[in-house]
Amino acid sequence: MALTFAVSPRAASKARRPGPRGSALRRHLTGWAFAGPATLLVVGLSLFPAGWAFVISQAKWNGIAPATMVGWRNYEQLAQDPDMLAASGHTLLLTVLFVPSSIVLGILLAVALNQRIRLIGFYRTCIFVPYVASAAATGILAGFVFNPQFGAVNEVFRHLGIPAQQFLESPSQALYIVCLIALWGQVGFTTVVYLAALQDIPRELVEAATVDGAGKFRVFRHVTLPELRPVTVFTAVWQTITAMQLFDLIYTTTRGGPLNSTQTIVYYIYELAFQTQRLGYGAAAAYVLFAVTLLLTLVVIWYSRRRGAEVF
Amino acid sequence: MRVKLPFSPWHLLLMPLALLFVLPLVQMVATSFMTSAEINHFPPKLIPTALHLEGYRALLSETPVLTWLGNTVLVSTISVLGHLILCSTAGYGFARLKFAGSGLAFLAVVATVMIPMQLLMIPTYLMFARIGIVDTLAAAFVPWLASAFGIFLMRQFFLSLPGELEEAARLDGAGTWRTFVSVVLPLARPALATLTVFTLLSSWNDLLWPLVAISDDHRFTLQVGLASFQGTRRTEWSQLMAGNVIATVPLILAFLFAQKRFVATMAFTGLKG
Repeated sequence: MALTFAVSPRAASKARRPGPRGSALRRHLTGWAFAGPATLLVVGLSLFPAGWAFVISQAKWNGIAPATMVGWRNYEQLAQDPDMLAASGHTLLLTVLFVPSSIVLGILLAVALNQRIRLIGFYRTCIFVPYVASAAATGILAGFVFNPQFGAVNEVFRHLGIPAQQFLESPSQALYIVCLIALWGQVGFTTVVYLAALQDIPRELVEAATVDGAGKFRVFRHVTLPELRPVTVFTAVWQTITAMQLFDLIYTTTRGGPLNSTQTIVYYIYELAFQTQRLGYGAAAAYVLFAVTLLLTLVVIWYSRRRGAEVF
Repeated sequence: MRVKLPFSPWHLLLMPLALLFVLPLVQMVATSFMTSAEINHFPPKLIPTALHLEGYRALLSETPVLTWLGNTVLVSTISVLGHLILCSTAGYGFARLKFAGSGLAFLAVVATVMIPMQLLMIPTYLMFARIGIVDTLAAAFVPWLASAFGIFLMRQFFLSLPGELEEAARLDGAGTWRTFVSVVLPLARPALATLTVFTLLSSWNDLLWPLVAISDDHRFTLQVGLASFQGTRRTEWSQLMAGNVIATVPLILAFLFAQKRFVATMAFTGLKG
């Protein structure tokens, strides 16, 4: 007993203060024990599959029969595939409509919700709450609200004397309605982001401008908007990615129809890979989507910076 | 103390917009309690004559919707727990611990943000098929156990903490793990709450990946189950809306009770993400 007591403090101090090399090794091991599991999981489930997807995109493969390597032929074929071109057109139109609208609406709503007026808590809750509803549920709900026979929108139109519309069942309207529904679900997000940014603007800045005799609109134009610029770069990028990758909403509203009028790139990839088992071709389409998203993101960043510099 | 505010013209903009955002959800709940006759009535009604439960009953008898709900709760819970454990430890590792390869590892994590899920779903499906977890709930939650966003969020938070408390704990003889669990984590509550909301929203609402990975209808998540039910019963509106209520009301309630937390999460995603 006495012996143990005599020995254990020394053993403990030895363990606590090992040699310099041992302590360095221990430090590295501790670091990896903390950061390793998540890093391995995240990197292992993205960089490795991304590389594999590239190999698959060079093959003709249905997942069962042996794959034949075809080089860049899938990509060449995609460039002439009328379905892919149509899907890209729809995706781009959706993005061009969705991104600016969600930014403009987000800024407008954030300014409105930043006022100190009665019911402001109620307004905020109402405008944010659709964001937490899933896109799948939103799509199913939209199918009801925009139903040509007994939907609420046509009912409102009837009272206003506007003829009933086909909405999601019309090839010429469906894509615009999908964009509208996506806005309903996503504007809460841009609004929150802009509201937070507005509240971050130092009060002195606005007060100084007001003291200098600037009207409310001029303060907004020359003080507030420039302060929101960095946030706008972010929201533009984020919303571009959201629009480019829209799938859930389309799956539960139109499934790409009517007459393929709402077929987006992601929906096409899903059909290719998981409905018709054309894995190689689907992977190539996914790489095209990746490249276009990356390119568009860079364009958005460049454009927001440049335009920001000119306008303000 | 109530301050009397003058009527503001902003109401003229906000009132109609607020209703535009919330009325569809009100109609969703109202329709779920209507009979088919009421739904097909002309002109349409907004309020049911009574709380009819036919829609819910039919949905319960025709689909395993409670199993789907259970699956979604399980997948979301495991995803949130995975994020809380793995992302907070990794965030702390990258923020505070100096170890070989940490710069490169963090760079790799950040780089993965650019890769869209749509590119990964084909190889991930094949990978999961090979290890035999396709068509199980594990397929739905494994990709959600940790995320680059979560690691980034926690790292940012730990970088913003002053280091003195950890120093003090270390001088008192606490090891790295003890310091992390008993000193750092309690301070990280706001960041952990943000992480929870982010993971809950993403995993609860995900459709594309579980749709791809799961085909057995007893292993569907709610979103997949509803989407597939809708594919076969396009006109059973009271059942569809009942399903929608089951899928959205838990998150809407969570949002109403913890609105500040949700809003902070959305704002964080935008301002720092």
